[in-house]
Amino acid sequence: MTRYGMVIDITRCNGCYNCFIACRDEYCGNDYPPYSAAQPDKGSFWIKIIEKERGKYPQPVRVAYTPILCQHCDEANCVKAAKNGEIYRREDGIVIIDPEKSKGKKELMSACPYRVIYWNDEKNIPQKCTLCAHLLDAGWKEPRCVEACPTAALKFGDLDDPNSEVAKLVAAGKVEILHPEYNMKEKVSYIGLPKRFIAGTVVFGDTDECADKVTVAIGDGQEKKTLKTNNYGDFELDGLPSNKEYTVRINYTGYKPQTFKVFTRDDVYMGDIFLTRK
Amino acid sequence: MSEKVFINCTGGGPIRVYVKNGKITRVRPLVFDENDASSWTIEARGQKFTPPRKACVAPFALTEKERVYSKDRILYPLKRVDFDQNGERHPENRGKSGYERISWDEAINIVSGEMKRIRSAYGPEAIVSRGSSHHNWGNVGYRSSAWARFFNLIGFTDILDNPDSWEGWHWGAPHAYGFFWRLGNPEQYDLLEDALKNTEMVVYWSNDPDSTHGIYGGNESALWRIWLRERGIKQVFVDPYCNYTAAIHSEKWIAYRPGTETALAMAIAYVWLTEDTYDKQYIKTHSLGFDEFKNYILGKGDGVAKTPEWAAEICDVPARNIIALAREWASKRTMLSSGTKGGEGGACRQAYATEWARMMVFLAAMQGMGKPGSNIWGTTLGPPFNATLDFPGYAQGGINRLAKKPAVNPVKQRIYRLLLPEAILNPPIKWMGDGFCGNSIEQQFNKYVYPLPGCSEVKMFYRYGGAFIATMTETNRWVRMYQSPKLEFVVNQDCWWCPETKFADIILPACTNLERNDISEWANAGGYSVHGAGACNHRVIVYQQKCVEPVGESKSDYQIFCELAEKLGVKEEFTEGNTEENWIKIMFDSSDLPKYISFEEFKKKGYYIVPQLENYKPTPCLRWFYEGRECDTPDLGNPKRNTEKGKELGTYSGKLEFVSQSLLKHTPDDDERPPLVHYIPSWEGHQSDLAKKYPLQLISPHPRYSFHTQHDSHVPWLSDIPGHRIWKDGYDYQVIHIHPTDAAARGIQNNDIVKLYNDRGAVLLIAQISERVRPGVVHSCEGSAKYDPLEPGKAGSIDRGGCVNLLTPSRMLSKNVPGMAPNSCLVEVSKWEV
Repeated sequence: MTRYGMVIDITRCNGCYNCFIACRDEYCGNDYPPYSAAQPDKGSFWIKIIEKERGKYPQPVRVAYTPILCQHCDEANCVKAAKNGEIYRREDGIVIIDPEKSKGKKELMSACPYRVIYWNDEKNIPQKCTLCAHLLDAGWKEPRCVEACPTAALKFGDLDDPNSEVAKLVAAGKVEILHPEYNMKEKVSYIGLPKRFIAGTVVFGDTDECADKVTVAIGDGQEKKTLKTNNYGDFELDGLPSNKEYTVRINYTGYKPQTFKVFTRDDVYMGDIFLTRK
Repeated sequence: MSEKVFINCTGGGPIRVYVKNGKITRVRPLVFDENDASSWTIEARGQKFTPPRKACVAPFALTEKERVYSKDRILYPLKRVDFDQNGERHPENRGKSGYERISWDEAINIVSGEMKRIRSAYGPEAIVSRGSSHHNWGNVGYRSSAWARFFNLIGFTDILDNPDSWEGWHWGAPHAYGFFWRLGNPEQYDLLEDALKNTEMVVYWSNDPDSTHGIYGGNESALWRIWLRERGIKQVFVDPYCNYTAAIHSEKWIAYRPGTETALAMAIAYVWLTEDTYDKQYIKTHSLGFDEFKNYILGKGDGVAKTPEWAAEICDVPARNIIALAREWASKRTMLSSGTKGGEGGACRQAYATEWARMMVFLAAMQGMGKPGSNIWGTTLGPPFNATLDFPGYAQGGINRLAKKPAVNPVKQRIYRLLLPEAILNPPIKWMGDGFCGNSIEQQFNKYVYPLPGCSEVKMFYRYGGAFIATMTETNRWVRMYQSPKLEFVVNQDCWWCPETKFADIILPACTNLERNDISEWANAGGYSVHGAGACNHRVIVYQQKCVEPVGESKSDYQIFCELAEKLGVKEEFTEGNTEENWIKIMFDSSDLPKYISFEEFKKKGYYIVPQLENYKPTPCLRWFYEGRECDTPDLGNPKRNTEKGKELGTYSGKLEFVSQSLLKHTPDDDERPPLVHYIPSWEGHQSDLAKKYPLQLISPHPRYSFHTQHDSHVPWLSDIPGHRIWKDGYDYQVIHIHPTDAAARGIQNNDIVKLYNDRGAVLLIAQISERVRPGVVHSCEGSAKYDPLEPGKAGSIDRGGCVNLLTPSRMLSKNVPGMAPNSCLVEVSKWEV
């Protein structure tokens, strides 16, 4: 069986928005009955990019771009909520909102915890990504957003075909679901979703030099990771869970060790940490 | 009617255009097929690198459907309601009054009638004309072709464009390393392979290649930088703004104050000099004047050693970071990425930016520029490139170059673009330098005066495009200029309503290149940007197929100029009997393309992928110079190539000149661009007196999602990109980035509408509080397509459209350097209460 899905590699996304523009181009002004009615020119984001700014000046600030579109869940809340077939799952796994049957059904929007269903005021219908089902049915190999992606951050394929790139990535355990707690068997998964980092910059206070090769131990009480500062005195540990307390211990021969408690409510940039001689 | 699919090209890449019932329904990036030539493969560090089999276009290339049918399209010829060519003209109402629809006949009669009257009363020099950049694409119909042939034929006062995007490189770098034939930017051949094989670090200095694309290359090189990162090649960013490329690649961010980068560069040189970590042998054999440079850096001349501590104070970057960067740079084979084409970058559009550009060359030189892995490389150009197939770029003269009798402008009078308002309002004006000085270094020292003795002042402005209020500096000057009675007549010919359009008396609607046939190569400007198609992974030559009929009553530029030429009695000379289609064929025949594909096949398929050379032998940029060989790159403009001076650079001495021989000869006493590079505090920087009143520094780089003004608000889709514009209270405001401390000090919160202002003007923008901009600096891009003054027609009115160049200074880089310096701009920002 064909089971279409996507893997989105956030580490390769440069935020060019080609996917978003390609989606607008495909759907604005174009009805594709029975798949979809035209998307409005403004305000709908069938593929939406969440920009998360990470870190603080003067540390390198990063932006993680997380494209969010319909996750085409195998156990989709929206399909369950649509009692009269307004939303259905095709044999190939693509979830479609019927543009005719869904007229006036604004309540269907809130059935999706990912909030990827948009209301089309003019046409009085809920709408979302169709994975360009009308194109796939016409023989196209991939949706418009994937075709327009310059860095292969968006990958599309048959999750049931063990030779497809997406299936291989899933099998290799490289991917994660945006919200596994929803338990909806999403068919869109992600690589490199932003977590939390703890970062800082260590300076030898006596010489005012960047403190290279300083030992930084970051622990949560059970597990401890040890890393070294680089030539700028910078350290960074990424991939940490949010809302957790960590102890950061900084140690270098001949200098007084320092210990800090930090909490990963957001990414943590500890700023300049000056070491003093013993 | 069934669906038809056409091929066309844009400034952001080639596209496949789907049309149903005469309307564009879809615009796809061009995807290659199995019959197209194969792609290159680079083997480096045990891995093979090959590009995708498609055009990785710019985001704005995919907006063409929305742009063709934009609400901003000019659909009919228009006349300002209170303009009467036979009576009252009311120039004072330009920018204020509305328009009425007129017929093409009436429009052409008025325009040609005024041209005849003005030519006969004052001479051909009384008509001035100029286009904007990047609104369309094509070698036949675009501005360098039809427009240029027409005006050269009838004679006019031409406007000399300043090199607006790369000022410091143009006016500074040639005095250090030549390359004037590339307008100051270096060659970039084969540096992708060189970097993948040999480079250990890339230092991006004021460079955001993911936004600036090597000009026309779209997202083609985005993957290259991911390859670099995945191979563990360290990427460091030196920039007041954590730009789009930095935001995904940066391992270190050195955020200096704008205007102080030359000091930062000198401190790096200081570390290398005092720690003995530069390539002494290379400097000895390849350069001139190094001892004087060394003495200056060490403070032996002026008593000021350019130490990291000295620079730290100026730049607000800790000395320890400068030292760490200098040491790492010296220990690793490093590419200095100081602008999208090697050169460019916002740092070059500032006071005294010639000095920064020269320092970039000198830093690269001190680490043996040209040796494997060590060069100046923008990271957007330089894949394996088949340069043996010659195909002209759009800036190589268009149809005029191919005409049996090329037209040569008989008028010698010129106006410098940045001084156009002063030329109209307050002549005479003087300046030094040709604008684009691509034929010789000497062109930088040519002296001009307007009006030229014996010539009339200009009385008519035939404006083709309308970007300047958003793209030039201190642009309320343009508003004042347009309302001067000295401009008896103003025409604007364009596809869209742009900031300047509503200052015209007559508006002529032109069609886009999706509404006519044309021919071109992706990213190939030619001329001074020779082999610019190297911004792409494949050379894609396009027969630009007309997709739909012109929108409204718009016409192709060629057709409009044919009609004017007919009225002026020069149609035969203008066309030489050719239709646009004939010119396309002539263009095709003038190239090497007929050796590879027939015209019929090319026209039918719509594109041709130039095959890679078998047994391709890379010739990395400046490797020849490093190794003391003759230039072996295909750098066609290099006048010393294939001569007895083939081993030399384009400087007077043929060497890297730490003391410039050309400046020594022409302007030896210039203390603002002295023969020996100097750090000179900005005339509008953090230390200026004006900073007490306006404490924030505005930087206004090129926008990421629009090609200057040419997309932006013409395309509502782009306004839904939060980094570009944000919808609030029924309006799409342009974004300004403010650091949290600066915002808090002013009571500004995220998504507040703010007024950005100084004595030159005021603009309303929407605040985005961001850690990506350093404290003391605000960031809002140039290139608003919308000039929307709260008081239309009033110079100095608050603008809601987002034209931040209303605020930038008109002062030039330095007294002998006529470049613009929009990034030397002090401002204040406050919350705007409606």
